[in-house]
Amino acid sequence: MISLTRQAIDYQALTEAVRDPQHGAVVLFLGTVRDRTGEQATARLEYEAYAAMAEREMRRVVEAAQQRWPQTRIALIHRLGTLEVGEVSVAVAVSAPHRAEAFAACRYVIDTLKATVPIWKKEIGPDGTGEWVHPADISMSDPFRPESAV
Amino acid sequence: MKPLLIEVRLFAALREAAASSTVALELPANATVGDLRQLLVRRWPQWRTLLERCAVAVNQAYAPDQQRLTAGDEVALIPPVSGG
Repeated sequence: MISLTRQAIDYQALTEAVRDPQHGAVVLFLGTVRDRTGEQATARLEYEAYAAMAEREMRRVVEAAQQRWPQTRIALIHRLGTLEVGEVSVAVAVSAPHRAEAFAACRYVIDTLKATVPIWKKEIGPDGTGEWVHPADISMSDPFRPESAV
Repeated sequence: MKPLLIEVRLFAALREAAASSTVALELPANATVGDLRQLLVRRWPQWRTLLERCAVAVNQAYAPDQQRLTAGDEVALIPPVSGG
């Protein structure tokens, strides 16, 4: 299960999708909307994606994780549109026979998604003004950066 | 040789700055991704800093500067990503 959605993320269903009787470990990561960035208060976030490419890149990230940790089952979903503080923007569920692979693969998937998948957030402050987040520490100009950035 | 007409998709801060989700460019035949970057910086010098930190995607995959563009390619400018 790999997808983009405009609905609230059902992370319980996502977790159930990776459960397996041969797997003794399940790790769930949720990214949630924080009420501030540094000193700046955040009222809500708006997420936008280059949807077709984002879904392809999400599949690539999951495939790369499964090459590295072949016994894992992985589900990944990212929300788009307007999200209020506390809502879930991204969820990664990973199951594996043992916890070490599950934690490692989950971390790899969220870290790589944040560095390579064409999704952007705009932070909207309490006064309604907003700013797109284009992190200074990510330079996209080397297209072969994706795997090496993580 | 006929010039190459490419419609570049824009996202996030670039889309808002351009007030459009695409920009149409005319490039020489055999132009590369690097040529497209240079043309964009000439067109929008005020956004040079952000443009230089963008990736270019061709047919929904990150493309290196030396890659040649062909008619019908789906081209997008990818500013530094901030999903998650």
